[in-house]
Amino acid sequence: MKKKQDNSWSIVIRPKTGWFDIDLKEIWQYKDLIFMFLKRNFNSAYKQTILGPLWFLISPLMSTTMFTLIFGTIANISTDGVPQFLFYMCSNAAWGYFSTCLTSTASTFTGNAHLFGKVYFPRLVSPITSVIYGLLSFLIQMLLLAVSIVIFALRGQAVTPSIHILLVPVMLLQMALLGLGIGIIISSLTTKYRDLSILVGFGMQLWMYATPVVYPVSQVKSFAAGLERLVMLNPVAPIINNFRYAVLGCGSMDYGYWALSWAVTFVFLFFGILIFSRVERTFMDTV
Amino acid sequence: MENNNVIEIDNVKKQYRLGTIGGGTLRGDLQSWWARLRHKEDPNSMVGSRQYAKNEKFMALDGVSFNVKKGETVGLIGGNGAGKSTLLKLLSRVTAPTEGELRIRGRVSSMLEVGTGFHGELTGRENVYLNGAILGMKRKEVDARIEDIIEFSECRQFIDTPVKRYSSGMFVKLAFSVAAHLNSDIMLMDEVLAVGDMAFQKKCIDKMISVARDEGKSIIYVSHNMQTIRQLCDRCIVLRKGKVVFNGDVDRAIDIYLRNDEITSKLFNDFTDCHKFNFLTDKVMMESLEILDKENCRFKDDEKIRFRLRFRCNEDVEKLSFRMMIHNSDQMVMATSACYNFMSCKAGESCERVFEMGVAPLASGVYKVLPVLFEINEIGGVIDADGVYPGLVFEHEKTTQLDWKCNLYGDTVLDDMICIG
Repeated sequence: MKKKQDNSWSIVIRPKTGWFDIDLKEIWQYKDLIFMFLKRNFNSAYKQTILGPLWFLISPLMSTTMFTLIFGTIANISTDGVPQFLFYMCSNAAWGYFSTCLTSTASTFTGNAHLFGKVYFPRLVSPITSVIYGLLSFLIQMLLLAVSIVIFALRGQAVTPSIHILLVPVMLLQMALLGLGIGIIISSLTTKYRDLSILVGFGMQLWMYATPVVYPVSQVKSFAAGLERLVMLNPVAPIINNFRYAVLGCGSMDYGYWALSWAVTFVFLFFGILIFSRVERTFMDTV
Repeated sequence: MENNNVIEIDNVKKQYRLGTIGGGTLRGDLQSWWARLRHKEDPNSMVGSRQYAKNEKFMALDGVSFNVKKGETVGLIGGNGAGKSTLLKLLSRVTAPTEGELRIRGRVSSMLEVGTGFHGELTGRENVYLNGAILGMKRKEVDARIEDIIEFSECRQFIDTPVKRYSSGMFVKLAFSVAAHLNSDIMLMDEVLAVGDMAFQKKCIDKMISVARDEGKSIIYVSHNMQTIRQLCDRCIVLRKGKVVFNGDVDRAIDIYLRNDEITSKLFNDFTDCHKFNFLTDKVMMESLEILDKENCRFKDDEKIRFRLRFRCNEDVEKLSFRMMIHNSDQMVMATSACYNFMSCKAGESCERVFEMGVAPLASGVYKVLPVLFEINEIGGVIDADGVYPGLVFEHEKTTQLDWKCNLYGDTVLDDMICIG
């Protein structure tokens, strides 16, 4: 009673799936779910708080002030002639977005085990949700930055964004993809090895200091010539550097390392999806 | 040839590894790997059990095949660990099978747990949308049904309150309502009705029956509650140790599951070595129960059951009483017949008495009896001396004008009413 290939079945569940088994069309069908998850995250984040969504503004303002105090005033690190406050706010927003994408993607499987264990939906929905959710707070910070730029301009400390600001969406996309790629690899491995989830916490902090977030690339150059080349090999470095140039006009645009960084992004994304589609089906048995 | 199966399960196997999976840490796995490389004993395996985790396999499902037709309600029963939930997990795509293939036609909504993905901080209404989306509904579909859902859940008053303030019953009601109103073709239910009050359980079952009959949805229902299985299901599948042992008629399936078919009715029931309950005083001990004047244990209508009970007396008993507690195939007590203070006996005596019991009000069926010897103390308390289950299995045939179905009319047939005016 061998059955011929019957196309009328809507779902056929087989033991092993191909290496590249991500159904993008299916994810699109679940766009309502992505929307609901976003709404859930937003609504539940600041329930029962007095300031509510104002925290979206307060936390970047606080950390920027902190950065300005410590790295700007106390450590006196150069900011390429841009007002320190703007410099740190800009870097912070970009790094924050990347970091959110990575860490929230990294906890996809372990954090949603209760949900994934009970009901099916494309598993990629939840990292995608976190990437979009991260974008929300990024946009708020950008708005804050725009206001700050105006205030500083009124006080005579004008900065001029370059035309490259048009490339910002590309940079955002890259940060999302890179965060997604690395995050997916980590989340797929954390279903078995919980070590990685601990690593992510302080790993991101170390990574931040290895990336020109609180200092400009020129500072590295003046510290030791040639070191900047090493720093720029870090795939996030050219993005942050170029982002700052695009928005604040400080430093310089770099295309060579950026191209390399894109290549690294695709490699991570490729392997990420590869591992993800292996783990996705049966992670419930090992998590 | 029209194929109206909505689910086809084809020789599905699911294997789990016993023991801990890996060391749990990267370091542990590297250690194990390094040890294996040098042909040393794995430092992470259990003491003395060489390569335990590597070779021990457990088949949660071992070659399961069956089909479900459109509009059919199939019950899935079996003891703990029989593989029911694993099967539902495979069908709802939570995990993948090790071997075999499952084919599904249409949309599946699974309720492996009530209120999956409910978020405590969100209001009831927001959770309906969220839950709907998780279960695969479009926003518009929820919009169209939200009124029905709220109405059915009986939570209208609280719908805009965060669900963390809900009582557990309300939580379940709301969650079930969402699932029951899903626009799916196949519903998978895993003992969702175990919670919620009786009235709501009844409402849910009625809803599910109407969903299956009127809307043509198929339901796979897992439960340990035979009552609801009987009410809801057209067909029943019994799983035992990962294999399908029976697939067909509901009553037969339940009998097989409860192993009723393994207990046969005997005229002579010997009690010399059988299971004793530990709350008994053992002042007297039953030895045997024998049906008299009959070739078999089948009794018709008003026929009386006559039997001889033999027992030993271990301590002096002043006033001994005896009762027969009659159980139906679901192991529920249906009726009891008693004989009070029929004798007194001295320690060391062996006694036998013949009793006659009428079972006329019982509907047709197979019954199991728990005979109990007991005393009644000064303040009217019952002290059980000895009991054996099942001490007797008999079949009763009751002729009624109605086509008597126990799940419809109950297990007791009262005397026919008379019209007096």
